Amino acid sequence: MSSLQGYVDRRVLVILQDGRVIIGMLAGYDQKSNVVLSDSKERVYNTDEPVEEIPLGLYLVKGDQIVLIGELDLEEDESTDLSNIRAEPLPAIRY
Amino acid sequence: MLIFSVFKTLTDQTVIVELKNDLLITGVLKSVDQFLNIRLDNIQVSDEARHPHMIAVKNCFIRGSVVRYVQIPADAVDTQLLEDATRREALNQTKR
Repeated sequence: MSSLQGYVDRRVLVILQDGRVIIGMLAGYDQKSNVVLSDSKERVYNTDEPVEEIPLGLYLVKGDQIVLIGELDLEEDESTDLSNIRAEPLPAIRY
Repeated sequence: MLIFSVFKTLTDQTVIVELKNDLLITGVLKSVDQFLNIRLDNIQVSDEARHPHMIAVKNCFIRGSVVRYVQIPADAVDTQLLEDATRREALNQTKR
């Protein structure tokens, strides 16, 4: 089955339906893909300002708001300098 | 249920998943579940310059409800067989 098993205790990047990007440690999940993220931060992308990281702490994200959960390659993530990245925010989901 | 079975036969194939936020993600299909949630390995987002958000992400879990299309290699499915199977299933459903 395609579960989130392998992602527990890993740093993950979560994309939400409204286009927000949250990174955090996957503390837990359930069968509805609700997830608990510890030590989470939101990454705010902007075309004319560097990426801003907003600390959020412990977050519970409802499964129906989730688009994608990706495992972060820590080395690659730490080697990317967020202050050099300018990008449009991700578009929101449209049904 | 039928489409779930079809996706199960497609594991380890390279597919392109188009999401309902117009993001296109290419990757190797690792697994699917009953909701058609998808696990992809070795992913690549098309137009990475515009969407650098996922550069450090190598594998991901995509929620089935946000998938618009899955592009699959044409030779990975027997179209005739799939056609027959869908018709048989449709027939079974009208009978009930």
